[in-house]
Amino acid sequence: MRAAELRQLGKGMAFISPWLIGFIVFTLLPVAMSLYYSFTDFALLKGPLPVGLDNYRELMWEPHPRGRFGDPHFWNSLKNTFYYAAMALPAGMLVSLGLALLLNVRLFGQAVYRTIIFLPSLVPAVASAMLWMWLFNSKLGLINAALMSLGVKDPPGWLSDPRWAMPALAFMSLWGVGHTVVIYLAGLQDVPTELYEAAEIDGAGRWRRLWHVTLPMISPVIFFNLIMAIIGTLQVFAVPMIMTGGGPARATQFYTMYLYDNAFSYLKMGYASAMAWIQLLIILALTAVAFWSSRHWVHYQGK
Amino acid sequence: MNGAQSKQAVGGAPREAPLRRPSLLRRIWSAEHWMVHLALLCISVGFLMPFVWMLLTSVKTIEQAMKFPPEIVPRPFVPENYVTVLTHPKMHFLLFARNTLIIAVLSVLGTTLSSSLVAYGFARIKFRGRGVLFAIMLATMMIPFPVTMVSLFRIFRWLGDNGLGQWLGTYKPLWVPAWFGSAFNIFLLRQFFMTIPEELSEAARIDGCSEFGIYWRIILPLSRPALAVVALFTFMWAWNDFLGPLVYIQDQDQYTLSLGLQTFQSMHGGTEYHLLMAASVLVILPVIVLFFLTQKTFIQGIATTGMKG
Repeated sequence: MRAAELRQLGKGMAFISPWLIGFIVFTLLPVAMSLYYSFTDFALLKGPLPVGLDNYRELMWEPHPRGRFGDPHFWNSLKNTFYYAAMALPAGMLVSLGLALLLNVRLFGQAVYRTIIFLPSLVPAVASAMLWMWLFNSKLGLINAALMSLGVKDPPGWLSDPRWAMPALAFMSLWGVGHTVVIYLAGLQDVPTELYEAAEIDGAGRWRRLWHVTLPMISPVIFFNLIMAIIGTLQVFAVPMIMTGGGPARATQFYTMYLYDNAFSYLKMGYASAMAWIQLLIILALTAVAFWSSRHWVHYQGK
Repeated sequence: MNGAQSKQAVGGAPREAPLRRPSLLRRIWSAEHWMVHLALLCISVGFLMPFVWMLLTSVKTIEQAMKFPPEIVPRPFVPENYVTVLTHPKMHFLLFARNTLIIAVLSVLGTTLSSSLVAYGFARIKFRGRGVLFAIMLATMMIPFPVTMVSLFRIFRWLGDNGLGQWLGTYKPLWVPAWFGSAFNIFLLRQFFMTIPEELSEAARIDGCSEFGIYWRIILPLSRPALAVVALFTFMWAWNDFLGPLVYIQDQDQYTLSLGLQTFQSMHGGTEYHLLMAASVLVILPVIVLFFLTQKTFIQGIATTGMKG
């Protein structure tokens, strides 16, 4: 390495040193530690004692009577999280994109509409949990009052009904799509107007312009939002923790909630670490699939 | 990249104007235009409804709040609910607000300074290994908090046991990491820094300005909107955080608003919704006010940063 190059390296390292130190202390070290813990029996005061794959086996494939494998609560929480993601993720992607397209139409009061859609995403999770518990309240809530006035005789109990609790949480998550809408709007502003004009001259109607100009042009933004949504949805914790505590009948026990319980209520920290690593691997796998698929539908403009 | 594009668009506007005008008029009178208006109006009402209901419930008596079918107008009007919440013997609202504010302000200061410094390194200094390190940094965004949660708890306890300061039971685990930059903020600021013309740095370098001087005196002042976005996001994040305080804070006097509100709710078994709504309004209000105060800078910042990835 030449002297000039070395000087550049020194300068660069000096500037990024805060992140580099933080990365080692607050990320790399804890990640490595938790990988080790996941192979140990580790209570708060005892251990960590290496136990090989015991935690993973207990979680996933330890045989039980009646043909069951592993920890039923683990599988249940995983199933719940995917069930929620299967509703909230596509709905959130569609609603936020749709809203962004509407909010991108130039009209009187646009700024007001944009602010209104964005406001709920500012609400702290705990506060919005309180608010929606009240709205979803089966006996006194506004939602059931509205449904009954519309002629629904026996509206669902929402959070107290195992079948409806999860759809209710997914529906509620749509209230907070404002962040995503804002990111879409920023992307839409960057689509050159010449492209629309050219498409219009070529006789393309509204839907064809959307399909052949807008969507391909903002596909990198869609991709970014998809990745963020995958990472976020699989970690949902605060809202269901407060609203349902995992109930009724564990119907809304999310993965992170069961993990938290293992770590800090049952003090099975090795077990919890194994769960955390499984969560990380699931996120990595899904992100990898998204990246792989992106070759077929994400169009990057040549710079 | 984005900066250059938006400049082009601005430069192109006057030429397009004569072509634009008739189409704008046509648009205003078109049925489509009104349909979009109508759709947005309905959606906005839907998005605002929870807020309205929260405000209305917060000024009702408990008897009226519990009526079914619900009555819309609060009668009698009871703003005293807010006084009840603020002076509640169990919900030390002002104390919790102060605690949350301490964590939020320290996090905002730390992450704005450190993330911008690191972002400068990634955006403006060419050095060997930069690409790899940047990729690693982006990858860390995918690591779920539970992966580090247990080990960090151990690390903070170990630090305390070995005379390296008290960590558990203090706010330090919640704000100290912010002083080492956060991947999302670094990414955002780097995208913004890359749009600032290199010539500015070159000119300063010729005048004998150090690299740190360029960062501090040229890049930072030019990046106010992006820094505002980072600051606001971090503030909101710290204000909203639930899992972090839940793990690291034990003493009730040290509770944040999120923890306090949750405790308040579980204490009352979900019956005193009028007080719960008043407390929620008080928790939400600071963030909303902050948003309206910084709205202009915020929107400018989002439009110009690489928020879109």
